[in-house]
Amino acid sequence: MTRNTDLFQRDREWHPPALTRDYKTSVTRSPRYALLSLQSSASEITGPTFGHSDIDPLDNDLLANYAKTGAPIGERIIVHGRVLDENGRPVPNTLVEIWQANAGGRYRHKNDSYLAPIDPNFGGCGRTLTDDNGFYVFRTVKPGAYPWRNWVNNWRPAHIHVSVFGTGFAQRLITQMYFEGDPLIAKCPIVNTIPDPRAIDQLVAALDLNATVPLDSIAYKFDIVLRGQRSTFFENRPEGN
Amino acid sequence: MVQKLDYLKESPSQTAGPYVHIGLAPRAAGFDIYARELGHDITGPNAKGERITVSGIVTDGTGAPVKDVLIEVWQANAAGVYPGAGEVEPGFRGWGRVVPDFETGEWTFDTVKPGPVMGRDGRMMAPHINLWLVARGINTGLNTRLYFGDEEAANATDPVLDLIEPAHRRQTLIASVDGSGYRLDICLQGDNETVFLDV
Repeated sequence: MTRNTDLFQRDREWHPPALTRDYKTSVTRSPRYALLSLQSSASEITGPTFGHSDIDPLDNDLLANYAKTGAPIGERIIVHGRVLDENGRPVPNTLVEIWQANAGGRYRHKNDSYLAPIDPNFGGCGRTLTDDNGFYVFRTVKPGAYPWRNWVNNWRPAHIHVSVFGTGFAQRLITQMYFEGDPLIAKCPIVNTIPDPRAIDQLVAALDLNATVPLDSIAYKFDIVLRGQRSTFFENRPEGN
Repeated sequence: MVQKLDYLKESPSQTAGPYVHIGLAPRAAGFDIYARELGHDITGPNAKGERITVSGIVTDGTGAPVKDVLIEVWQANAAGVYPGAGEVEPGFRGWGRVVPDFETGEWTFDTVKPGPVMGRDGRMMAPHINLWLVARGINTGLNTRLYFGDEEAANATDPVLDLIEPAHRRQTLIASVDGSGYRLDICLQGDNETVFLDV
């Protein structure tokens, strides 16, 4: 069992602030008071673990995990990468979950009423555990852009939602992966909640020809970085802590 | 010039969006895909301690229910032990996912009441459940805690509650006792805004 330790302070100027007026829903869903900053306790540095008995081997293959009568329609892609911490260390055996629209930008969700059709062979979610070196891989179709009611003519860039755990509950992260070269990225009010362009770049997956399967699937590489764990050199640790 | 620090930067957060259920709770989204959907059973069948039900509603700055929120729960067992930090009952995960009713925004979950956990400075923390909220409109998941209204003595000496100024805001983290269960309404913004934590 790895020993849990303090986490690096989250850089709240790197992450999007809560109130970002151009993303309209944030206006009424952002706290007005400052967050209360805590030093880590056991409540923050521990977190849930998952094993191979929790998921099926097919759960990372979105081309197959909801196929009813055939394969889903769309650009066949591989999304792979590593989960690392801010120290550059791999995060092994951690749960990575993704969800996305289909090739036409339609989600399989009862609240999505966009006129692009549902794909009968595509569910749009997957999950996997990173391996001992922090690697993960999914197979899916490239999602389409879709319109949303923010400004009257807003379109989300193609994106895959990504959820990651890490070893402590305070490392919990949900983000979105975008695709290299998509001209909608620069126009998106949700992307632009992130103040630093370098941080936006970190969410753009690179086309990875080295990992394509020739005559089969294009590949994108997307590394995910979780908060680093601090080495505790000098600290008074009261008994039981 | 100095040496360059070679730390990586954390991947920046993005909102979970309106369709978070597809990935994290597909049955709530309206379809069945996984043989085992995660997060429905926080305690497992062998957990010792008092079985409780917790419910509430999340509201936005206008007072409207946030019907597309997803809440994750992380807690110790009745002995105050987190999975991974010591021995817990077989099957006790301590973690779960809670989705409200899409019509009303009311959510509820069943668990066992956690025991007190040692805090940072050697002071005992009152029994609490860690909560993490994601939803459309929330750019970075919001952390908060649920404490119990019938733990007045422990709450009075809790080192985290003690940090909250002004003191009247501490009440926003304390669930009221509601018959056999507990109720905690979470307010994202406004007069009765819940205290959120930078953990």
